[in-house]
Amino acid sequence: MKRPAVLGIGNEYRGDDAAGLLVVRALRAAGAVQGWDLLELSGEGAGLIDAWEDRPCVVLVDAVALAGLPAGTVLRYDDPASLPPDTELRCSSHAFGVGAALALAEVLGRLPPVLVLYGINGQAFAQGATMTPAVDDAAARVAADIAQAIREKEWNAHA
Amino acid sequence: MTEPTAPGEGQATRVIEVDYLARVEGEGALYVRTEGDRVAQVDFKIFEPPRFFEAFLRGRRHDEAPDITARICGICPVAYQMSSVHAMEDALGITIDGPLRELRRLLYCGEWIESHALHVYMLHAPDFLGFQDAVQMAQAHPGVLERGLGLKKAGNLIGQLLGGREVHPINVRVGGFYRVPTRKELASLHDPLSRALDAARETVRWVRGLPFPEFERDYEFVALRHPHEYPFCEGRLVSSRGLDIAVSEYPTQFAEQHVARSNALHSRLAARVAAGEPGHYLVGPLARYNLNADRLGPIAAEAAHDAGLAPGCRNPFKSILARAVELVFACEEALRVIDAYTPPPLPHVAGELRAGVGHGCTEAPRGILYHRYELNADGTIADAVIVPPTSQNQATIEDDLRALLATRLALPDAELQWQCEQAIRNYDPCISCATHFLKLEVDRR
Repeated sequence: MKRPAVLGIGNEYRGDDAAGLLVVRALRAAGAVQGWDLLELSGEGAGLIDAWEDRPCVVLVDAVALAGLPAGTVLRYDDPASLPPDTELRCSSHAFGVGAALALAEVLGRLPPVLVLYGINGQAFAQGATMTPAVDDAAARVAADIAQAIREKEWNAHA
Repeated sequence: MTEPTAPGEGQATRVIEVDYLARVEGEGALYVRTEGDRVAQVDFKIFEPPRFFEAFLRGRRHDEAPDITARICGICPVAYQMSSVHAMEDALGITIDGPLRELRRLLYCGEWIESHALHVYMLHAPDFLGFQDAVQMAQAHPGVLERGLGLKKAGNLIGQLLGGREVHPINVRVGGFYRVPTRKELASLHDPLSRALDAARETVRWVRGLPFPEFERDYEFVALRHPHEYPFCEGRLVSSRGLDIAVSEYPTQFAEQHVARSNALHSRLAARVAAGEPGHYLVGPLARYNLNADRLGPIAAEAAHDAGLAPGCRNPFKSILARAVELVFACEEALRVIDAYTPPPLPHVAGELRAGVGHGCTEAPRGILYHRYELNADGTIADAVIVPPTSQNQATIEDDLRALLATRLALPDAELQWQCEQAIRNYDPCISCATHFLKLEVDRR
C-alpha cells in the first residue's frame, strides 16, 4: 500500500486553473504534512486513476467553475457521489478529465477507500490569464484546512 | 440541441446546436449549414487565444522552452519538449546520438502508449460500439477498459522514470537529460512493457473487429520519414504526393493562413495552393502508417497484416486501427531500447550559445508538431513559432465532414451529430494545444 496523498490538479498557465497546484505547493513549502505524498497533476483522468491506486486516502484539489458563486468559494465533498452533477471540474476541458475518472473508477471499483474533494471556484481560465486574488487566497485557506485535518488525524482511521 | 426550425419553401431547415464536443481534447466549435439536400457550409472553428506561448517565450532563456512548452498540453508534453529541444539543438549546432538519442525514442514511446491507449479505449472505441462514453462502456466491458488502463500505465512508467515525474516531465533538457537512468533502473521496465506488448497485440485484434463506416477520401498524407526507423524525432517531411523536404524547409513549403471565422491559423501546402488547389493535408497515425509501414518493427508489421491494415488505407475511421498498430510498435520499440541500453558517459551534450535559427519537427501522437526558434547571441529567444498537429488537420477535418454529411443528410439530427463527432474524433484533435472551447452547431435551411 502506498502512502496517502494530496493531489493538486491544474495548469499553471491558465489563471485560476492553477489553484490545485498552489495548494500542494503551499503544503510542501510549509512542511506541514508528514507521511503524505504531495503530487501535482494535469487532470488527465486515466493518469488520476493510476495516481490514487493503492492509496488508503486521497485528497484531491481542483479548480471548478460554478455559475452563481463568487470566485474563491471553497467547496468540500467528503463523498464523491455528493458532487452536484453539473459541477464543471475545469480539467473537464481535457478529453477524459476528473469527472470521467471518478465515474470510471467507481464502475471499475478503483476509487480509493477515502476520497475527499476540494473545489475552488474560479472565473479566469484562459491561457495566460492572471489568477484571481480571491482564488489565490482560497488556495491558502484550503492548504491550511488540509494541514489541520491531517494534523488532527481526521482521516487517520484510513490513512 | 435545439429543435428544428421551420422549413422554408421546398427546403428542410433544421438547426442542431451542441455546446461542446465530448471526448475531444480541449474545446472548439463546429458549425454546419445545409440547404435542402446540399451541404452549404462546414466550419470547424478553433477559438485560439492570442498565441500565448509564442509571445510568452520571447525574451526567455532558450533552455526554458522545453519545460514551458510542455505545459501547453497535459496529454502530449513530451512532443512539445522533443520538438523544442530539437529546434534549439539545430540552432546551437548540437547533435544527439547514441544512448541519449535512444532514451529520447523511449520517452516518446511512453507518450505514444499513454496517448494512444487513452484515445483508443476511453475516447474513440465507445463511438464504434454505440456507447455514450467510456464509463458506459466499462459497465458492459470492464475487462476491456482495464486493459486500456493497464496499457496507459505502462506508458506512464516510462514517463515517470525518464521524465522525472508522471506529468509535465522535467528531466528533458537541451542537449539530453538532467539525469539518465542506470541500466538496472531501465531494466525494471522490461516486464511491464512485455505485458503491455501482449495487451497492445490484443488491442489490435479487438479493434479490427469494430464496425468501420464505409468512407474514403483522397488525402495527401504528410509525416516524417527516416531512412531506417519508424519516425519519432528525425527524418524528412514527406507526403503521399511527392513532397520530400528537410524540416528546415517547413516555413517555405507550408503556409499558415488566417481564416476569418477562426482565431487559429490553418496550414496549407504552399505548392498546392500555388497550383490553385486547396493544399489541405492529413497528419497523424494514418499518415505515419501509410508513409512508413515498411519501417515498423516485425511484431507491429505482423499485427498490421493480421488486422488487414495495408498502406494506402484512406478510411479515416480506421485511424483507430493505425493507432492500435502504433501501440504495438511503441511497446516493441521500447523493449528494444530497454534491452540494448548502456548508459551514456554524460547525461547531456554541451553547446556554445550563439545567435541563430533552429527548426524541430517531431511526431506527436496526433501528427507532426513543428517548432521554430530564433535565438539572440546570449541564448534568449527572439522569436518562436509553434504549429500543432490539430491546426494542420483542421481543414481536412472540415473536408471529411463535408463529404460525410453529403451522403448522410437524411439522418435524424441526433444521429448526424453523433457521426460528425465520431468523424472529428478520428483525428484525436488536441484542441487545447491550439485553442479551448468547442461547440457544435448544424444549421439546416
